[in-house]
Amino acid sequence: MDFAGEILVVVALTAGGIFGLVGSLGLLKLDNPMARLHAPTKASTLGVGSVLVASVLYAAFFGGRASVHEILIMIFLFMTAPVSANFIAKAHLHRHVKGQDLPPAEPDSHWAHVGDDGDEDGPENG
Amino acid sequence: MRRKLIPHPILTILLTVVWLMLVNAFSLNSLVFGLFLGLVIPFVTAPYWPGRPRLRNPRMIAEYIAVVIWDIIVANVRVAMIVLFRPNEQIRSHWIAVPLELKRPEAITVLASTITLTPGTVSADLSSEGHCLLVHCLHSDDPDGVRDDIKTRYERRLTEIFE
Repeated sequence: MDFAGEILVVVALTAGGIFGLVGSLGLLKLDNPMARLHAPTKASTLGVGSVLVASVLYAAFFGGRASVHEILIMIFLFMTAPVSANFIAKAHLHRHVKGQDLPPAEPDSHWAHVGDDGDEDGPENG
Repeated sequence: MRRKLIPHPILTILLTVVWLMLVNAFSLNSLVFGLFLGLVIPFVTAPYWPGRPRLRNPRMIAEYIAVVIWDIIVANVRVAMIVLFRPNEQIRSHWIAVPLELKRPEAITVLASTITLTPGTVSADLSSEGHCLLVHCLHSDDPDGVRDDIKTRYERRLTEIFE
């Protein structure tokens, strides 16, 4: 029983380590800001998720109790990670991307945060 | 009267559960204190929550969560392969416009967050009137297929949950 527990914890930890490593590697290897943005969203979902699963398993097998902190961490992380990624993407769009490089925003006239044709009276909702 | 004292019953339950999870052990003390927080916080912050989003179809919520977790695992492996084995020149990134049928801001937020959480796609912007979502896709040979995937896998289910 203990042995099976050890194996499960090790597998989860290793998977977390690998995905974290690949995420960081992607940050180095990819060559433009939007592509780079994909790497950290990966590290924070499955990478951190696996480490948290390992923690739950460890508490269940060796601590002799159920631990639910990890589920909370995962929920908070999953709620906040997309917000920061979205901010970075919007800053990039606003400063470096022209409207004509993007697909049309049908049925509306334009994208909310793309700074083309120089007019400053864009919509104010975020 | 009841509506005024307990403006968001689900939020009250959620806050109580979150408090119990933070304590990480069940006791009557923490249950009472969690319930206290669950009653006071929605009451004090009620002006910031004017609407009360209605969630239907709890079975669909469970199905949605399962689908998203599965997609996160599959897409993680796929993006890891792209990062490790595909040279940068062969990565074909795309901007994809996803027309939205969802109207409620809560539903659009969940959809945009889901798209960002599944690796390989990041939701970047909303169109000026909120009818279209701009998504960046790391690598795909078939951008239209990615758009249709988003619409059939996520948006269809969210429509049943929120609208």
